[in-house]
Amino acid sequence: MSFYDIYTRYKDLDLENFLSDVTDEDIAGALRSEKSSFEEFLSLLSPKAEAHLEEIAQKAHALTLQYFGRTIQLYTPMYLSNYCDNECLYCGFNAKSIIERKKLTFEEVEKEASFIASTGLKHVLVLTGGSREESPVSYIKECVRILKKFFSSISIEIYALNEDEYGDLVKEGVDGFTIYQETYDEEIYKRMHPSGPKKNYLFRLDAPERAAKRGMRFINIGALLGLNDWRKEAFFTGLHAEYLQNKYSDIDFSISVPRIRPQTDNFKPKHNVTDKNIVQIILALRIFLPRLGITLSTRENAKLRENLIPLGVTKISAGSTTAVGGHTYGDSTNPVQFEISDERDVAEIKNMLLLKGYQPVFKDWMEI
Amino acid sequence: MEDFLRIGDKIIKNRLFIGTGKFPNKPIIKDVLEASEVDVVTVALRRVDAEADEENVLNYIPEDRILMPNTSGARNAEEAVRIARLARASGCGDWIKIEVINDNKYLLPDNMETLKATQVLVSEGFIVLPYMSPDLASAKRMAEAGAAAVMPLGSPIGSNRGIKTEELVKIMVDEIDVPVIVDAGLGRPSDAVRCMELGCDAVLVNTAIATAKDPVNMARAFSAAVKAGRLAYTSGTGETSEIASASSPLTGFLRDEK
Amino acid sequence: MLIKINGKENEINAATNLFELVADRGLNQDAIVIEHNFEIIPKEKWEAIILKEEDNIEIVSFVGGG
Repeated sequence: MSFYDIYTRYKDLDLENFLSDVTDEDIAGALRSEKSSFEEFLSLLSPKAEAHLEEIAQKAHALTLQYFGRTIQLYTPMYLSNYCDNECLYCGFNAKSIIERKKLTFEEVEKEASFIASTGLKHVLVLTGGSREESPVSYIKECVRILKKFFSSISIEIYALNEDEYGDLVKEGVDGFTIYQETYDEEIYKRMHPSGPKKNYLFRLDAPERAAKRGMRFINIGALLGLNDWRKEAFFTGLHAEYLQNKYSDIDFSISVPRIRPQTDNFKPKHNVTDKNIVQIILALRIFLPRLGITLSTRENAKLRENLIPLGVTKISAGSTTAVGGHTYGDSTNPVQFEISDERDVAEIKNMLLLKGYQPVFKDWMEI
Repeated sequence: MEDFLRIGDKIIKNRLFIGTGKFPNKPIIKDVLEASEVDVVTVALRRVDAEADEENVLNYIPEDRILMPNTSGARNAEEAVRIARLARASGCGDWIKIEVINDNKYLLPDNMETLKATQVLVSEGFIVLPYMSPDLASAKRMAEAGAAAVMPLGSPIGSNRGIKTEELVKIMVDEIDVPVIVDAGLGRPSDAVRCMELGCDAVLVNTAIATAKDPVNMARAFSAAVKAGRLAYTSGTGETSEIASASSPLTGFLRDEK
Repeated sequence: MLIKINGKENEINAATNLFELVADRGLNQDAIVIEHNFEIIPKEKWEAIILKEEDNIEIVSFVGGG
């Protein structure tokens, strides 16, 4: 069994028709429901729901308080390498881009880690481009060994691996795993990924399950909003998370809502995703899956991030850079994967949270 | 569209199951079963007292009903399996309610032994309905092992206290793929309504009917209650919203959006 | 000779078979199930089982239960 079996059941549903037929009563029913059906989830994503956002937000806020309290977990991304074999149309690191390719030496990894750790952060997300040759699993493992000295939780966001490789990384000390399907639509996926190993839609789709089977404790998924109709992508992301949560009930799942940001290659997303849309996605997901984590990166600007926090967000990045070695070397000349919109450092984010009445959590977990 | 319950290869129209113990006499069992039109009837297996002139309870159960023998008396999986085989050998069908109780104070079932018995009996082709304590993990394992339904207790056998285990049963209803049938402890028809409103697939009632002043009418009342509760559940309750008056607006900032 | 029936010692004639045992006790053969030394014996085979010393017999039947 794979999520693909569920996806194929829903992909031919006339979602457009369904979404346009949603009534005010449907929205009211969805808000009253103790456990949302997929129809109720869809109705919260519909255009009709836009007129009821405040009411929906109140419920989402109440649920978040119930299940997560007033805490926000902090982390930062650490890019190890930007070498890539894929030619994804929307990405600043795609193989065809003429940019300076960089990969951290183990000494540089240590330096970068040490700097990040000095800001107080204990959860780190390591990323690499999609190149098995330049950043093989062995390289990543060695980096993890170094990072273990500085951080209590290490997540990875790298190219899709097979089950044994996930097992190896878990044994090495990785406990978290992020992977974005980018788009659940097979046709669009094909167009966006013309060349490179990332072309394989199914291999990527099943990656969260492979990781789950081998002991990852935290798994984060999502779609890159803007590639396709965001209502559909949010719907399938929700279904994907629900499928995983039901099957692997001992793992913490979360989703991200990355919106395409301008990057060096000027890829123009076909579908516009407004701030209001992002709000609606977060609210609908929170109500559909009350215990799902919701992660917000610095793709979004400071003001918006602050306003999104009470709506269901549970984890945010701070002091971010998407350049390889960006924490040590800065990113003024260093190529970035996407532009950061909230450049506040850890101390500033911490203060912002405290002022808002939220407790910043640096360390939520450790392996003993 | 008809809303029937499917268990094994049988279609069950009445979601009230009745147990035949504790009745003041056997003939009244027949009246109860006819008045309530239940499909599933539970019986027990006991050693025949060679000296006494025991009339067989089967004589009072209309032939078209589904017989569900239980393994009462079993204190562990091995005994339950033995009793189940004996029951099947009588030729009354493959259904078996596993009841393994080694606690004589509260008559609470032993989930672990019940799971073991479930595994063995499923492999021998029985239609297995385990009576169990509402623990989600145990219920999942029983369902995975092939149980045709799971039967969590509402409250201890004979206590007539209603569905005290409501929270846990509701979780099971939400998470388990096989039918959830509340068994034991239901004292009043309103208890049965509550179970069905929660989404349970059926209820089993014995003591409350058998020891009522008028068992026949009590059985009718339970049957009607089960129907009412089920209809309420499938119609979708329109409960009043619990969201208190809004605190400061959470989406006001969007008004500034272009 | 002595055999156990439903947990109690009973004196019966040697070379009795199961069918005869049931008949002697006035039991309704359609309503009972018999276990002979922990093995369930279908009705058709009762006549073929000759009882021996220290045999263990369980005779059960359905009764009311919940």
